Amino acid sequence: MTVDSTSAASRSAAGHFLLSKATLDAMASGLVKQALGRGASDAVARVSESDQLLVQVRDFRPETLEKSQRQVVSLTVYNGSRSGSARTSDLSPKALSSTLDAAWHIAKYTGSDSWSGPAEADLLETSPLDLELYQARSPEAEEAIEAARRAERAAMTAGAAIANSNGARVSVQHGQFSLATSRGFVGGYAHSSHALACSVIAANAAGMQDGEWGMARRRYADLDAPETIGRTAARRALDKLDARPLKTERMPVLFEASVAASLVGSLVAAISGQALYLGRSFLTGSLGQLLLPEHVDLHETPHERRGLASAPFDDEGVRTRAREVIKEGVLQGYFLSTYAARRLAMPCTGHAGGPYNLSLFSSRTAANDGLDAMVRRLHRGLLVTEFMGHGVNPVTGDYSRGVSGFWVEGGEIQHPVHEVTVSGNLKRMFLDIAAIGADVHMAPTRTGSILVDSLLVAGR
Amino acid sequence: MKGITWGGPAVAAPTTSAKHALETASAYLLHRHDLDEAILLKTLSAMSTSGSDYADLYFQSSHGEVWELREGIVRSATSSIDQGVGARTIYGDETRFAYSQALSVAALEQLAAATRGGMTAGRSPGAAKPSRFQGRHFPPIYAAGDPHHSAEASTKVALLERLERMARLADPRITQVTARLSGGYDIVLVARCDGCLAADIRPLVRLALEVTAEFGGAKEIGTSGAGGRFDYAYFTGELLASLAARAVDMALASLEARPAPAGTMDVVLGPGVPGVLLHEAVGHGLEGDFNRKGSSAFSGCVGQQVAARGVTVVDDGSMPHRRGSLRIDDEGNETRSTVLIEDGVLKGYMQDTLNARLMGVPVTGNARRASYAALPMPRMTNTYMASGSLDPREVIASVKKGLYVTDLNGGQVDITSGQFSMEASLAFLIEDGRITAPVKGATLIGNGPEVLRRISMIGNDAQIDAGIGVCGKAGQSVPVGLGQPTLKIDGMTVGGAS
Repeated sequence: MTVDSTSAASRSAAGHFLLSKATLDAMASGLVKQALGRGASDAVARVSESDQLLVQVRDFRPETLEKSQRQVVSLTVYNGSRSGSARTSDLSPKALSSTLDAAWHIAKYTGSDSWSGPAEADLLETSPLDLELYQARSPEAEEAIEAARRAERAAMTAGAAIANSNGARVSVQHGQFSLATSRGFVGGYAHSSHALACSVIAANAAGMQDGEWGMARRRYADLDAPETIGRTAARRALDKLDARPLKTERMPVLFEASVAASLVGSLVAAISGQALYLGRSFLTGSLGQLLLPEHVDLHETPHERRGLASAPFDDEGVRTRAREVIKEGVLQGYFLSTYAARRLAMPCTGHAGGPYNLSLFSSRTAANDGLDAMVRRLHRGLLVTEFMGHGVNPVTGDYSRGVSGFWVEGGEIQHPVHEVTVSGNLKRMFLDIAAIGADVHMAPTRTGSILVDSLLVAGR
Repeated sequence: MKGITWGGPAVAAPTTSAKHALETASAYLLHRHDLDEAILLKTLSAMSTSGSDYADLYFQSSHGEVWELREGIVRSATSSIDQGVGARTIYGDETRFAYSQALSVAALEQLAAATRGGMTAGRSPGAAKPSRFQGRHFPPIYAAGDPHHSAEASTKVALLERLERMARLADPRITQVTARLSGGYDIVLVARCDGCLAADIRPLVRLALEVTAEFGGAKEIGTSGAGGRFDYAYFTGELLASLAARAVDMALASLEARPAPAGTMDVVLGPGVPGVLLHEAVGHGLEGDFNRKGSSAFSGCVGQQVAARGVTVVDDGSMPHRRGSLRIDDEGNETRSTVLIEDGVLKGYMQDTLNARLMGVPVTGNARRASYAALPMPRMTNTYMASGSLDPREVIASVKKGLYVTDLNGGQVDITSGQFSMEASLAFLIEDGRITAPVKGATLIGNGPEVLRRISMIGNDAQIDAGIGVCGKAGQSVPVGLGQPTLKIDGMTVGGAS
């Protein structure tokens, strides 16, 4: 069964890449066939090609110009319930053959793992949607340099205290791949990403602070104006000047939308495959339990046109579908690959490769609950705008992370804060979500700012 | 300068000849692909036509493997090969970069076309074009053998199974063991516009262990690891036993640990791996690119007292066998011991060619890149604080109420503000000069330059870590070594849960 993707988008992709889609498909399925011929009971092959243009501008002059193109072939072969994998960047027949040799050799020595194996045929996506993930219109080097310059110029002129620049960069990436499995899947698609980011430094007698802002979109035209990005980066640097620590105290904390997504990420990691079946998650066995307040839902939408985390099928070819991950606070489903699903004796959810576009909603959020309104609601506490370090214990949910942000009192921002940590336990934190703002930050995981009732802020 | 001891077993010096690297690399990366020095010279010439300041070609063949054991079985293993050539031309402070995975004359021609003619081209007279190469040979600091061939697949599996047994049987509360054995072998050849031709053959092995302990409804993790530029024979039974013991002890202590206190307190960092704090708080801030741009909290501070007296910080890429070591950096320059801070005074930064030239200082052999497909920049190699004179027990005894940290998982730094954050999943309270109860979840935060000034006691037991450090910068990961003696920092902010 070959999955046919002859939409307009892939026709234009055909003109862009070095290898045709048909060649990729033939290479991937050819490798699978070769592996089976060698004696493998199953095989999965992935062939991909990608290219990138990256320009970095500093002091309005180009600092770096990079144009690159690469290919990767990865192969997993199964010898009954033993498996071996190999990867190469050399697509010559000789190299592909050595890659098969390497994978096959490994598969003679690894242990027997009865849960491993490719996705079964009935799980596979047979008619993948064209999600417009490939976008042909991309800037050439000159235009990209000019866009980066515009961002930097706007940032450097945004305030007298902007003293130095880390520069602005534009990146253009295109890729395509083909996945073939011995259970009948052959398919793939082309994809694009355009990004613009800027970072500048504000300075005063107290020291230097940097501010950065950036954005990525599938379609170049969907990026904010470079001036907007530059000005935001400058604003973030200026606002950090004269940051100071706080005294250790328990208080409510408001996580700004752009960093609140990381909290959702920690939640998702705890309800994903390996963490669950190894019992190394603070949310093991939580299906059907209340994880968030009743007014909160978490939706997943893999089929958004041009979504940054959209996919018609997962890394195993398993179909993806929109769903409510959390409904009225109650966990409806995990994130499982076929391996995890078999281990847990649950249906596969099509998540080999991670989560798709996620949106956190609260039924209590009003349209005008922007950041200002949320700060008023916080009234007295810490507004977190940056994280430093990782600080999450995935087994216990214990959370202790360096942060910077702003001290809020009387419903207003008083001064910038740094050199403090926020600690708590994630399981408790999720239930203590008091409110979610309407100031949604557009990224693969979207949420408004998140207000948590009580966390320990440690400082001086 | 005081010496430094290794965290692992003693190993004899390598005996491979110095010429071997260049011969082997040329045969493997050039001759096998019908390339030769004349073609390289022609390519470099074509890259430098518009008056560039620098141009180089970086050939690399990289072979890696990872074997993973989970729940008693080696469940998966991957072998990977990646090779290619990166071409770089520099005009002033502008870099043009392109790479190819094909090692061929046609690919080199395309790379030359893609990298010549910068925006600021023609403004300077440019570098002279070489008419011949001068091969450079350096005494080896690690053997040139491929770790993959140093053990059969069955031996690798047996090694992991043996480690798993040791850890699992150490205590009935140990319920899960995950172990990962990885091996890498890089053949690198650098051809430069000034006629330098140099090569390096880099083995790298690493064994990482993670155990889970459970008791009374609580579940905690302990970790350990070791490695370096060896082959798999490095992992002796004795080393496996010490890895198992370390991870198990950490997991069991974590079971009993209470949440770390929050607030300001004196912190004693143990020798070796807690050097991660130095790496984050100071190391990145002393990289040449940040200082050339003036964006580091240490910019413009050369010659100033940036740390307490007695603090000496060194970056040394030439230490035999260390994980962070390189015989040549990724621009073909010999690595060496670079004193960054001496007795508290900032002496200089870590440099690559571009930043050294723009700052008017010598290169230091700190140019590193994750692969041919990424741009080099100033990076750390093995970064450590040298020994002081105090007995470590004296350092601990001096603390009335504080924290003793022997393991730091990782952290992050903002080199502009100097803010850093480190995670210690397991630490110990110090009460009246004695190490008492284990505590967990401590985050240490502070300001790098400020913390350096608050180092009040330095022990005489400097050690490099066991060989598992990974450093990330601008999306590029490189292996590094970390080290320090026992030291005391007055009044650090500790973020705990209580």
